[in-house]
Amino acid sequence: MTTLTDPPKVGFQLSQLIYDTRYRSITIQVIATILLIAGIYWLVNNTIQNLAALGKDFDFGFLTQPAGYDINQRLVEYSSQSTHGRAAFVGILNTLLVAFLGCVLATVLGVTAGVLRLSNNWVVSRLMAVYVEGFRNVPLLLWIIAIMALMTEGMSRIREFRVGGDASMILNDSVAVTNRGVYIPGIILENGFLASSAMNWLILLVILVVSLIVIRGVRKRSDAVQEDTGVRPNTWYQQLAILIIPVGLVMVLMGAELQYPELRGFNFSDGIHLRNSLIALWLALSLYTGAFIAEIVRAGILAISKGQSEAAFALGLRPNRTTNLVILPQAMRVIIPPLISQYLNLTKNSSLAIAVGYMDVRSTLGGITINQTGRELEGMLLLGAFYLLVSLAISGAMNVYNNRTQLQER
Amino acid sequence: MKNSVLLGALTIAGLAAGAAAAGTLDDVKARGTLNCGVTTGLVGFAAPDANGVWEGFDVGVCRALAAAVLGDPMAVEFVPTTGQTRFTALASGEIDFLARNTTWTFSRDVDLKFEFTGINYYDGQGFMVPRELGVSSAKDLDGATVCIQTGTTTELNLADYFRSNNISYEPVPIETNAEGQQQYLAGACDTYTTDASGLAATRATFENPGDHVLLPEIISKEPLGPLVRHGDNEWADVARWTLNALIAAEELGVTSANIAELANGTDNPEINRLLGTEGELGAMLGLEADWAKNAIMAGGNYGELFEKNIGENTPIGLARGLNAMWTEGGLIYSPPFR
Repeated sequence: MTTLTDPPKVGFQLSQLIYDTRYRSITIQVIATILLIAGIYWLVNNTIQNLAALGKDFDFGFLTQPAGYDINQRLVEYSSQSTHGRAAFVGILNTLLVAFLGCVLATVLGVTAGVLRLSNNWVVSRLMAVYVEGFRNVPLLLWIIAIMALMTEGMSRIREFRVGGDASMILNDSVAVTNRGVYIPGIILENGFLASSAMNWLILLVILVVSLIVIRGVRKRSDAVQEDTGVRPNTWYQQLAILIIPVGLVMVLMGAELQYPELRGFNFSDGIHLRNSLIALWLALSLYTGAFIAEIVRAGILAISKGQSEAAFALGLRPNRTTNLVILPQAMRVIIPPLISQYLNLTKNSSLAIAVGYMDVRSTLGGITINQTGRELEGMLLLGAFYLLVSLAISGAMNVYNNRTQLQER
Repeated sequence: MKNSVLLGALTIAGLAAGAAAAGTLDDVKARGTLNCGVTTGLVGFAAPDANGVWEGFDVGVCRALAAAVLGDPMAVEFVPTTGQTRFTALASGEIDFLARNTTWTFSRDVDLKFEFTGINYYDGQGFMVPRELGVSSAKDLDGATVCIQTGTTTELNLADYFRSNNISYEPVPIETNAEGQQQYLAGACDTYTTDASGLAATRATFENPGDHVLLPEIISKEPLGPLVRHGDNEWADVARWTLNALIAAEELGVTSANIAELANGTDNPEINRLLGTEGELGAMLGLEADWAKNAIMAGGNYGELFEKNIGENTPIGLARGLNAMWTEGGLIYSPPFR
């Protein structure tokens, strides 16, 4: 007769931590955690030791000290008496400005070049291929420096704009292209509601955003009408009016006026001065990233089955409507995820501003401020945190957009 | 238990790494070369010649130090640094010694934790403008575009000068002297400002130096000198007394021409102490007895270095002025070798 007995209870043995799959993963994780903590401890400790050896402390107080240096491009009030913190803020705004302008232009260039590279026109598609391969395969830094050199050496000097010189302003005397940058007319608010002109512009921006929200409401309503009746009401004039009238009215009330650049003393004054450094950085970043975006767009379009366009043609849609209504909306689902990382790249690459003296956050906080105060560690930590935050913000916002454009599955 | 042993070992490793960072003199001797920070290129002060050999007034100080420590003036690894990178390079130990038109200021000495080992050039900040601009004074520069090297004292002086004179300017930040020269010549800035000696050196390389004028205003004091890291006193002493040896040599009439003869012994005890035939000054520094002799033979005494690199017979053409010996009405002065 046989009896079933429980297997003998074996006590827990240390070797089980390695050989028993129930425990092995925990063992590995514990060891990895310990090593990680030890590594961090070592790094921090080493830093403290080395700072102590150099006789330095760790202190962010320098941010409230007067900076003492001037910044040429400033979107907010700043003078050499402002603090290092303020200088960092000016730099941050300059970084965000060039990153924003760059992302917009790169997207336009990239989508255009990507679509045109698939064109049936041999010349057009070859031209786009040259653009894409040319910019993708030459380092960005060279493009930045090349455009800067072109601007500095190739454009007319200021003195040639003086009486008797052989350079003149273009577009009805409103734009001056010089080797110090491009001067274009600017809008000034003669009698704004608030003392600070930045606040006045903020009011206009808020009004514009509200208008856009109202326009969305109008579109939704016409969508609903179309669902019900099958006829889409014609609302483009309403939308245009909502967009223009409130902002225009407030601008007139604030006394908005066009201000033309004018040669006075050493330089053009008034108007808006697009400095060489900004133009070089902006164009180079846009052209370079645009070439990558073009490839992403091309890949996205090629990913859409040929049957889609054939079906559209069978319905009688013209090629451009097929692209806009059938192909691109589907391709967007493939395009957007890699596009996010191109935007991140562009933003981080803007720190190449150092090559042309564009005063971005790396030049102010990460450059001059560190140099004048000797706070390398603190400055670099702040700089790292800033780029991290910006990258996470871009990536977060784009992911929200991505989720909305993806195929809604139920 | 195991953890604390591990962490303890790591701590000791960290401490050992920290301790090893001290003793630059021993590091240099063990390495056999001196890592010397210089500018990225300023003719007369530090620039590579046609064969890629660095030469100039600041380079001369580097070579003298290498000769004093290692006996070989060519045992120098030159590290070009910009206004923004120089201090990080020195603080991080990438270079042992920075000889790069660096102004001795309170905050660099006290707050940035560096040790200036003397002054090898008394300078001041000036402005250069094209002659055709017709500007005769820096006060006429209201609204001008100014090329300025970032991360320098000149940048701060410039801001102060224009603010205190209630005039405005548009700064064009540049990284190196070469970039400044290119922007200035292209007319992207109306005026270039830096130390007057640097302006003279830059102008000397122009095709038509006569088309450019240095404005009369000198808006700051810029005592330029070599520096080392704070806290390594032995190394600071070596650097300090090497520069002093070059200065004392000129004062005592020791030149590269007569040094071989004088090194056999003279009736001037200070020359004997300087050249190592009397006393133990070399041993006190932890160097050979003929350290100062080697340093002087590397490129000559202070006056010879000056005349050869930036003096009136060179294209740069700087007069001795404030940089004459104290015995001739200048400020150059070495404490006694005693």
